Amino acid sequence: MDFGSINPVLLVASVMVSATPILLAAIGETVVERSGVLNLGVEGMMITGAVVGFAVAVNTGDPASGFAAAALASAVLSLTFGVLTQIFLSNQVATGLGLTLVGLGLSSLIGKPYEGMKSPTLPKLDLGPLSDLPVVGRMLFSHDIMVYLALGIVALVWMFLKFTRAGLILRAAGENHDAAHALGYHVVRVRLMAIFFGGACAGLGGAYLSLVRVPQWTEGMTAGAGWIALAIVVFASWRPWRVLVGAYLFGGVTVLQLNLQAAGADVPVALLSASPYLVTILVLVIISARGAHAAPGSLGRPFHASQ
Amino acid sequence: MIALEKRPQPSRGWLVAAPLLAVVLTMLVGGAMFAALGVDPVEAIRTIFWDPLFNPQFASYSRPQLLVKAGPLILIAIGLSLGFRAGIWNIGAEGQYIMGAICGAGAGLAFYPSESLLIFPLMALAGALGGWAWAMIPALFKTRFGTNEILVSLMLVYVAESILASVSSGLLRNPEGMGFPGSRNLAQWDAAANRELLANTGMHWGVVAAFVSVILAYVLMSRHVLGFNIRLSGDAPRAARFAGVRPARIIIFCLGTAGALAGLAGLFEVAGPAGQISIDFNSGYGFTAIIVAFLGRLHPVGILLAGLLMALTYIGGELAQLMLGVPGASIQLFQGMLLFFLLGVDVFTNYRLRLGRREVA
Amino acid sequence: MGHHLLSLRGLTKAYPGVVANDDVSFDVAEGEIHALLGENGAGKSTLVKAIYGLVTPDAGEMEFAGRRFAPAEPSDARRAGVAMVFQHFSLFNALSVAENVALGMETPPRTRDLARRIRDVSEEYGLPLDPYRTVGTLSAGERQRVEIVRCLLQEPRLLIMDEPTSVLTPQEVEILFATLRQLREEGRSILYISHKLDEIRALCDTATILRLGRRVATCTPAERSSRELAEMMVGASFATPEPRGAAPGEIALEVAGLSLPAPGAFGTPLREVGFDLRKGEVLGIGGVAGNGQDELLAALSGERPAPRGTIWLSGRDISRLGPMARRDSGLLSGPEERLGHAAAPEMSLTENAVLTAARRERLVRGGFIDWDAAERFARRIVDRFDVRTPGTDTAARALSGGNLQKYVIGREILQRPEVLVVNQPTWGVDAAAAAAIRQALLDLAAKGTAILVISQDLDELMQISDRFAALNEGRLSPARPVAELTLERIGLMMGGAHDMEVAHAEA
Repeated sequence: MDFGSINPVLLVASVMVSATPILLAAIGETVVERSGVLNLGVEGMMITGAVVGFAVAVNTGDPASGFAAAALASAVLSLTFGVLTQIFLSNQVATGLGLTLVGLGLSSLIGKPYEGMKSPTLPKLDLGPLSDLPVVGRMLFSHDIMVYLALGIVALVWMFLKFTRAGLILRAAGENHDAAHALGYHVVRVRLMAIFFGGACAGLGGAYLSLVRVPQWTEGMTAGAGWIALAIVVFASWRPWRVLVGAYLFGGVTVLQLNLQAAGADVPVALLSASPYLVTILVLVIISARGAHAAPGSLGRPFHASQ
Repeated sequence: MIALEKRPQPSRGWLVAAPLLAVVLTMLVGGAMFAALGVDPVEAIRTIFWDPLFNPQFASYSRPQLLVKAGPLILIAIGLSLGFRAGIWNIGAEGQYIMGAICGAGAGLAFYPSESLLIFPLMALAGALGGWAWAMIPALFKTRFGTNEILVSLMLVYVAESILASVSSGLLRNPEGMGFPGSRNLAQWDAAANRELLANTGMHWGVVAAFVSVILAYVLMSRHVLGFNIRLSGDAPRAARFAGVRPARIIIFCLGTAGALAGLAGLFEVAGPAGQISIDFNSGYGFTAIIVAFLGRLHPVGILLAGLLMALTYIGGELAQLMLGVPGASIQLFQGMLLFFLLGVDVFTNYRLRLGRREVA
Repeated sequence: MGHHLLSLRGLTKAYPGVVANDDVSFDVAEGEIHALLGENGAGKSTLVKAIYGLVTPDAGEMEFAGRRFAPAEPSDARRAGVAMVFQHFSLFNALSVAENVALGMETPPRTRDLARRIRDVSEEYGLPLDPYRTVGTLSAGERQRVEIVRCLLQEPRLLIMDEPTSVLTPQEVEILFATLRQLREEGRSILYISHKLDEIRALCDTATILRLGRRVATCTPAERSSRELAEMMVGASFATPEPRGAAPGEIALEVAGLSLPAPGAFGTPLREVGFDLRKGEVLGIGGVAGNGQDELLAALSGERPAPRGTIWLSGRDISRLGPMARRDSGLLSGPEERLGHAAAPEMSLTENAVLTAARRERLVRGGFIDWDAAERFARRIVDRFDVRTPGTDTAARALSGGNLQKYVIGREILQRPEVLVVNQPTWGVDAAAAAAIRQALLDLAAKGTAILVISQDLDELMQISDRFAALNEGRLSPARPVAELTLERIGLMMGGAHDMEVAHAEA
């Protein structure tokens, strides 16, 4: 075994990269769940984003258009979930599962011709003197723009929920939709917008996988990242900054196990490759055992404005 | 503006009509999708839904396949439906299916090359136990700590896949396989093979188990107090506790049964149609069974029919892939759409449309 | 009193199967407290929702301050100067007082300014509040203050109050009335919805009475007797329960030192609850909502096991037994929430009969349900308690509140309990059905059953109980014979005055 081959600077740098897709998906889902909707279709939206982003980037040669198209495609897909659950009042759990299955099917259909291709990838940002700083420069300040954009979205979501009136209304809808309705707020409209935003974020996360992290298209490439994002929202007790912590922790586990595999650590490969999922289970169990529940009051409950 | 208005009672007519309408809508939209892919939609729909059963050229091969594919789907979906009725969302049947196959195959291979008659029953028992044990993990976490069973059961699918990859190139690898991953072929070992019971029907022990499970589930849900308690827990958890139902027992029973049935399905598959443990042994039955359960309205007889229909889309899909060059993934999408449309039209079971003035929504 | 502030002309609103409001017209003058009086289901709520913009009327017109008034949504109404205090459904437990207030305002100021204004206004009207507290931790009375302060901050010209006193102790009611009179002095109008006649006669200048969606009369309540108002409201005189003469027998249920932690973040712990209940006796337990009523019922029904040695049924310790074993030994119960707790909404009446009567009525044999027997039992309940339903295969949620309540109470009564515990047995039920339920409880007591009635309706408790105790923050006061009680003493008991014994001794 050779731990010397693991470079801590590169390790931190790659944690930031590997956490970004999950961070994006999880922060979007946080907003969705704070509005009172449980969308279990994150995996399906991510993989749709991954394939659409990849296809558009390959065809246009421009990764930025890829990201934009991915966000749009996943957001539109999430609206099918929104319409079904919010207007047709279908069961959110079943519909979310359906969304995942549809997304997986749709993505492999779209992605077939793109298997084995290479896409243009995002350039690393040159942050001038910051990037030139010793150690820290390579660790924190020489990533592509999406890494920072993801952090920016977390900050914006935090400010939105905490300081803006729209954020207050969104939380109100999630906390008690009957009361929000009685005060005259448009619960369904608020939730549809939240679902749309969540879809766009999941799409960006998926596209980051196929355009930067891997970077190529393979069927089923999200490999449960969307589900892990859902777990991180629970782990974070629905708070944006804790989502960041959760995503980076998870990114850390992923990178570490890959590094250990590469370093030929004396641990069964199956255990290493299952470790991100095992860690997620462990975290979920610890969180629930501590009994720290801060779930929005109306989460997952259907809302119908009757009389 | 159109408004939805809750029906005092679920509509019996829509309960039956909704799945049929969903199938029709899926055919329409699926047809449009095929047209977009440059395939004649009528031809495609016919190839998927008609040819496997009635085209003399294919039917002799396809018809038996119907039961082969429907068996595991029905067996898993029956198990899942119990939990779904109780509001327990086990979506990790794929993992329980894999673990059942591994445990069942492992138990059998431990006695290779014995020709004892006890081997196959032992494998079935081990398969059921394997699936059961895998499902007990989310069940115990949920009853003990209140951990979300959706996420835990799903995470365990990926863990099971890792184990599958590991054992098929390690513990269970065929020592005479010249280093290739994959176990011995169980279908070629008489004591362990899950044979076709009636020639050219596709009927094997797994299909028998599926039919038996349909009957037992029907009796359980409609006549037995346990089935009543399961439905009660799903409809009104507080009322269930008030009635004296212990939620933990329902969780353990539902998840355990689902796991055992999924494990059995995995064992019957590995000992029959698949033949061996290999890295790509699992083919998504555990997920498709979720669609089957919903499409069958979580009702045993409905699940039986839905399982057959879904099996048909698998076979027809393969045929369409072969004959028309339709991408294989389009069938997966087709199945997902079916679930989506069903969930959508389901609104009419509990609500009716009313044209009227709009109120603040 | 000045001009009309609000005028309604011919307001009509129909829902499928019901006409909620049928050609309703009346006026609210500036600076008056106007009562809207009617039974449950008379159409009061729909009417005020129309005024508040939550419901669009099918026909009719409204005028507010001399202008045509047709609010499309609540913000329109709020801008025009209408504010509303809801009976329930309008606070957010997990949000702070200030956030809750901000949600009810059109253009809330910045949080810090808002907090200051909340303090100012709440003190001005004698309703002290901490703007940074989480609403879920407040008492029912404090929560109502949040709603009132939220309205007052918008300087409304018309304040609508929906059944505001149902969650208050008599003392808190006095404070509220003082606030409302102060608002009237300032020239604001109040539309006051209630079915409590004494309150209306004490507070309101004018009363409009609704029955079955129609306006029956508009009058000056102080000039009418409660009896007259009641008859206008109900449309007929109805039977009041007959008093009983039977002397209570031996102790059937004894609870001693029962303490249980709060079940959730916003629940109430039970603290050293103790009482005894004799055969043939009705013990009434009053108290403001959220003081441990649900928790007490759950502890007695067996949904939450209690510490050993705290609950005794005819001398046997049943503290650790679950609901089924308690039913087997004769302790039956009826929770407050009909849909979802006492009955499963999507299940039929027959299935709901199995819910609690499976063993006592032998509806289950060898694990299998005898559906014919279950149907017969359901039919007996329907016939005996005059439950209006198309049949026993109707889903529970399709029944009206009163009918379902008769069904779930009837289901327990027909199982001949030794001890029956009910929580809010007539909540949200029309007067005739309520009278029928109370009479059925008294009849059962006359046959020797010990009955515990938990209720927030003091009139009901005074009518049917032999003894009365009050829950306050999970503590139960000592029980007193009803004959000895005055309204003031009841108020003290509900407010948690622990020197009751002393006060009693001095009196």
